[in-house]
Amino acid sequence: MEDKQKKATAYWKENVRYLFILLSIWLAVSFGAGILFKDFLNSFKIGGFKLGFWFAQQGSIYVFVILIFIYVRLMNKLDKKYGYNE
Amino acid sequence: MSVQTWTYLLVGITFALYIGIAIWSRAGSTKEFYVAGGGVSPLANGMATAADWMSAASFISMAGIIAFAGYDGSVYLMGWTGGYVLLALLLAPYLRKFGKYTVPDFIGERYYSNAARLVAVFCALIVSFTYVAGQMRGVGVVFSRFLQVDINTGVLIGMAIVLFYAVLGGMKGITYTQVAQYCVLIFAFMVPAIFISLQMTGNPIPQLGMGGTLNDGSGTFLLDRLDGLSTELGFAAYTDGTKATIDVFAITLALMVGTAGLPHVIVRFFTVKRVRDARKSAGLALLLIAILYTTAPAIAVFSKINLINTVSERPYASMPLWFKNWENTGLLNFEDKNQDGNIQYLANPTQNELTVDNDIMVLANPEIANLPPWVIALVAAGGLAAALSTAAGLLLVISSSVSHDLIKKVLLPNISEKGELWAARGAATAAVIVAGYFGINPPGFVAAVVALAFGLAAASFFPAIVLGIFYKKMNKEGAIGGMVVGISLMLFYMAKFKLGWLGPLPDKSEWWFGISPEGFGTVAMLVNLTTALVINRFTPEPPSQVQDIVENIRIPSGAGDAIDH
Repeated sequence: MEDKQKKATAYWKENVRYLFILLSIWLAVSFGAGILFKDFLNSFKIGGFKLGFWFAQQGSIYVFVILIFIYVRLMNKLDKKYGYNE
Repeated sequence: MSVQTWTYLLVGITFALYIGIAIWSRAGSTKEFYVAGGGVSPLANGMATAADWMSAASFISMAGIIAFAGYDGSVYLMGWTGGYVLLALLLAPYLRKFGKYTVPDFIGERYYSNAARLVAVFCALIVSFTYVAGQMRGVGVVFSRFLQVDINTGVLIGMAIVLFYAVLGGMKGITYTQVAQYCVLIFAFMVPAIFISLQMTGNPIPQLGMGGTLNDGSGTFLLDRLDGLSTELGFAAYTDGTKATIDVFAITLALMVGTAGLPHVIVRFFTVKRVRDARKSAGLALLLIAILYTTAPAIAVFSKINLINTVSERPYASMPLWFKNWENTGLLNFEDKNQDGNIQYLANPTQNELTVDNDIMVLANPEIANLPPWVIALVAAGGLAAALSTAAGLLLVISSSVSHDLIKKVLLPNISEKGELWAARGAATAAVIVAGYFGINPPGFVAAVVALAFGLAAASFFPAIVLGIFYKKMNKEGAIGGMVVGISLMLFYMAKFKLGWLGPLPDKSEWWFGISPEGFGTVAMLVNLTTALVINRFTPEPPSQVQDIVENIRIPSGAGDAIDH
């Protein structure tokens, strides 16, 4: 019982750490690059896009999709490590 | 074949398809009615979630809104996609593990209280009804524009179709029709976008074309041209926007959190088999949504340049046929104020002679770009698919909140399985009729309020659910207090600053912290969170078996069993 509890706590700790990292990136691309630092980033260009504008209307969405798939991978590995996979 | 014939044909085929699927996937038990039996594959659920999520507003209005708002339109793009990251990471896996049927179900069990359940039912009904009325109206509008039937007849036809597959099939019927509707709507959205991107930039991928150069030999980037045109006409540069940064920030966050808190989206993740499937299907859903959401801003740029080039300073007499067609619908309006026979499209309202409805950017796009009639018909079928799929998802939330949370869990706990199934069907029917009534007689405030459904969801559900998962010692007093204070504050702010029900509508300068009603969900959510945590400190902690439930939902294995007890 004790062991089971310990395992569950350790699993949850690692899970929360992943969430913290992934959500920091989520915050950085949307509220950071797309909103707060948009004017500064607009002085750079990729193709015809000003960079801040690109983050706001394209880039942040791509990053969101990638973030979820990274999360799926990380969690599947974590489940396996702790034997919670079915 | 004419546009009219093509439209009847495509709309007829897609409707027959939806009805066929409904008959094939009838629900035989409450579990099938509420969560499609709990065995939907991640891909099917991803497609269904995407169709559920993308409403008439996403399909018909969003590109147009962005075309006229420029950078400010980014709030919708980031807000309505970023919420899926929150949903995938913070909610979906745990709610699936919990394994019940509805969002109020989770709130009621986690906070060991029927009072909490009832507050959640109330919030779910407010959010879903404000949202569904807009969808039925959307169905009517598409019908009237493309099939020349009366808007009200259009609403009635839409009601009949939704009634048929939602009432008969419940979540099971809705899921598989939504899969079909996703295919229809994404095809219908992408085909004209690809054609137009090719025409204007030579690049078939709209997302790249948007950042490319014009095909007219000038070598100018589209966005530079559009910035130039906008400032020449007196508007803000397209890539700059005019909203205050704090408001952009607040609106984006409110939309994100609201998206993650919308019951009709959350409940889709109860339908997959395992926790890992819930995570994966959230990723797939966002990928499928992102296809439309990254194309919409490209359409916005293409159509805005097209529009300005076609109308600005050109003689009214030389306007193409589509201009006159859309004038007849009232979506385009020209008034020759200086009597020079030319169209002046300017930022200055006293000199501007052209008013353009947002919706026209998607609806008239194929005509503006001279695309073949079947593409125009496809847009009609796509708009209907978007509106019907969202309406069906919302109706299910309304019916299950009533039949499961209100009738089964509170009023008649001894009701039989069969009785509950009939109650669910009855509630769905009643909900369709109410939604149809609002579609035919839209109260003036519906359009204004739909956008605020997100603020309401953010202010009520999101903190209660997240705290319920991530804070084991969160108790019922705190959660109920937070939800009540959050949603009341949001309703108050809406009534005062958006609807003007409490005295004359105040000026923008009186907004609290400079935040618009659309963005106020962020503030109300923070107030909900703070209230919950403060009350929680001074009230007893939850019983140990509730804390065990929380421990249990954090572990992904064993989700299959959870649904049966």
